Amino acid sequence: MSDKLTYITLKIWRQGGPDTPGQFEHHVIEEISEEASFLEMLDILNEQLIEAGKEAIVFDHDCREGICGTCSLMIDGKAHGPEKGTATCQLHMRKFSSGDTITVEPWRASAFPIIKDLMVDRAPLDRIVESGGFISAETGGAPDANLIPIPKPVADAAMDAAECIGCGACVAACPNGAANLFTGAKVTHLNLLPQGQAERYQRVEAMVETMDEYFGSCTNHGECEAACPKSISIDVIAVMNADYLKSKFKNRKKLSRT
Amino acid sequence: MSITLDSKIPAGPLADKWDEFKAHEKLVNPANKRKFKIIVVGTGLAGASAAATLAELGYQVDAFTFHDSPRRAHSIAAQGGINAAKNYKGDGDSVYRLFYDTVKGGDFRAREANVHRLAQVSVNIIDQMVAQGVPFAREYGGLLDNRSFGGAQVSRTFYARGQTGQQLLLGAYQQLARQIGMGGVKLYNRMELVDIVVVDGRAAGIVVRDLMTGEISSHSAHAVVLATGGYGNAFFLSTNAMACNVTAAWRAHRKGAAFANPCYTQIHPTCIPQADDFQSKLTLMSESLRNDGRVWVPKNPDDTRAAADIPEDERDYYLERIYPSFGNLAPRDIASRAAKRAVDNGQGVGPLKNGVYLDFADAINRLGQQTVKERYGNLFDMYERITGENPYEVPMRIYPASHYTMGGLWVDYELMTTVPGLYCAGEANFSDHGANRLGASALMQGLSDGYFVLPYTISNYLADWLNKPIPGTDHEAFKAAEQQASDRFRQFLSIGGTRSPDYFHRELGKIIWDYCGMERTAQGLEKALSEIPALYDEFQKDLRVTGTGDSLNQTLEKAGRVDDFFELGMLMCRDALVREESCGGHFRAEHQTEEGEALRDDENFAHVTAWEWSGDPMAPVEHREQLEYEEIQFQTRSYK
Repeated sequence: MSDKLTYITLKIWRQGGPDTPGQFEHHVIEEISEEASFLEMLDILNEQLIEAGKEAIVFDHDCREGICGTCSLMIDGKAHGPEKGTATCQLHMRKFSSGDTITVEPWRASAFPIIKDLMVDRAPLDRIVESGGFISAETGGAPDANLIPIPKPVADAAMDAAECIGCGACVAACPNGAANLFTGAKVTHLNLLPQGQAERYQRVEAMVETMDEYFGSCTNHGECEAACPKSISIDVIAVMNADYLKSKFKNRKKLSRT
Repeated sequence: MSITLDSKIPAGPLADKWDEFKAHEKLVNPANKRKFKIIVVGTGLAGASAAATLAELGYQVDAFTFHDSPRRAHSIAAQGGINAAKNYKGDGDSVYRLFYDTVKGGDFRAREANVHRLAQVSVNIIDQMVAQGVPFAREYGGLLDNRSFGGAQVSRTFYARGQTGQQLLLGAYQQLARQIGMGGVKLYNRMELVDIVVVDGRAAGIVVRDLMTGEISSHSAHAVVLATGGYGNAFFLSTNAMACNVTAAWRAHRKGAAFANPCYTQIHPTCIPQADDFQSKLTLMSESLRNDGRVWVPKNPDDTRAAADIPEDERDYYLERIYPSFGNLAPRDIASRAAKRAVDNGQGVGPLKNGVYLDFADAINRLGQQTVKERYGNLFDMYERITGENPYEVPMRIYPASHYTMGGLWVDYELMTTVPGLYCAGEANFSDHGANRLGASALMQGLSDGYFVLPYTISNYLADWLNKPIPGTDHEAFKAAEQQASDRFRQFLSIGGTRSPDYFHRELGKIIWDYCGMERTAQGLEKALSEIPALYDEFQKDLRVTGTGDSLNQTLEKAGRVDDFFELGMLMCRDALVREESCGGHFRAEHQTEEGEALRDDENFAHVTAWEWSGDPMAPVEHREQLEYEEIQFQTRSYK
């Protein structure tokens, strides 16, 4: 049933390690089904490379359902490729045409050093969460789940922000390499909820300042929202900025009391 | 060394057993907890929740993940929801009802005491996750919403759109991240377990391979917790993530941990059918869709009309017809086999005639497209991205696929394996789901084990080891395990054959799917047991792993995982062969009712089969744990 693309040319970034120079490598793939996902196309290429005695191309991927956030790739200069609101693993070859040359690169951001080929190190995103992206509710003492009603619009808005998959596309797409969409999404998720109020201002202050240690500054380009596979709105950055500003008053008052 | 299976179920009435245990277990006082080191392998729901909670209690915790970040574990992909006996709907739910549904759903092959505890703590999980900020779906009054799921007649499933697993995992991950930030947990990422070290009959630590550098190193601890997920990728095509594997559990098995009920695998009824031979994985469409979608096939196998052109009376809504009281919400094993029968009968739909329809036309008429979109929007979008078809306009096509494994390392009531000091939590153990898992129960079990069971039971073991020295990583057993692991990976690199690890995985998966999939026969299993060793032999001679062992090499990682799947595949088939009955996900064609339903043999098979490693993957040693039912009477499982 499936229609096939007669051939496509891939221009792929290869790099042996963090400190070795990289270069583009060209591969032609013939007879690729439109039903194949982009990563399945890379699987096929890798199997051909291995059987020809060459080293497979390294790329990060796991769930292939667009939810784990492991996959990355700049495809023709766009984070996660041409389809809006879609992670690389959910991109299918039917979005391309026979004869296309597709350029495949790793995330490009100084906070995400290249590990090998198309794989980068996104650990600074974890550092931001570790600094405050949580509610300190230790196991055991939680009150009944229905004790505090949460208006549906609030719960829905928190959920919209909480959908972030932590892939780092926002950083890769940003000309400044800023992580404001990622950080803003987590701040918004937790700061909107009644359970998140106790730590609201410490949270935003700690997260923003950790973010600033690793990432560039936001200058409102909006590329992050366009690249986000979960279409998270840049409104979350506004929420974060507003809370960060307030934290500078609130936290100072708190400090002066202690 | 032979193993004994002591389930350590506390005495007393079923409903009091957990309280009884907690009242009398040994404790470690808060100041002494920091003297104990606990290793947790895996950072999914069970691993992250266990690591975070153990660190909160004061233990030193080392957590290991082979992902770049703990947030990637495949728990994240669970869509539909998490069960809890909250009875917020007032529709007759209770701890007993959830317990009963789970035992019945598992076709009377689960341990009563474990399941009852699971139902008891289910209510604490929801409280805990809400306190942590998990944005569960709510009603307009601000209270939590529930939906229905397969195998239950009450609404007890809490959900966060179609991303419940994501939100719960992120909740547990954030709690873990807090501990990492505060120094309570030391995280080792991109590290894969390659061996378990046992000294003087108890778990002494693990050997890991740094995926970035290939370096092999050892870590010692007072106790080791494996929370490393299931082995559904043995079938190659499954809904599991690409890296899901059996390696940690299998390495533990080879070091003395019994492996229980490996043939209990769950084939999920609602996945997107395979489109091509080179497909790398199958994608699940949440079971929650069966709340509003209707499953059907054309009555006439030769019908070539588009779905919308087939009139009502020429459609067979086979689940509603055969199982009127549960209808489209029949449990997974039952719905899967019914789909297989329809497709085998030639009534399959789609270009390859390998699916059945899941139709939302009625729901859209009844509720409006907007409501359907609110409930399932992200799933519909995902379906369209993968298939190129719009499910608001044409029915989805679905077919069963490997999804979850009920089998796993044998554990006692305290979640300890047959190796003292080695624990197993979440999908990796065998404990709570019997022969079939109900929907929305995997998240419940992972969090139950990690948050509310292990943190209690582990002190019962540790208390005896206070102020006693444990073997360090300079012990000869660690050195020997490191050497073996290095040799093993060097061996993969040196074979120099012609085929990639993926090639062998795909071929192995086909054998297991054909003979140990949705329907099994003695003859087929015998055949698999001759074909798998033959293919394994070829693997050992013709494998090609390019690249080197001292830098990141995904081909080499894969080779190790496929190697373990081979040995596991043999055990799955052996287990399916000796279980001469049908139950839950294990359907032996020789044992069925006249209507084609599973026919159990309670007299001879109401036991757990736990296998001991003998050194030869084709000759494991069988042990049995008899299942004693005090509270529940065996009955034929009917959803009609």
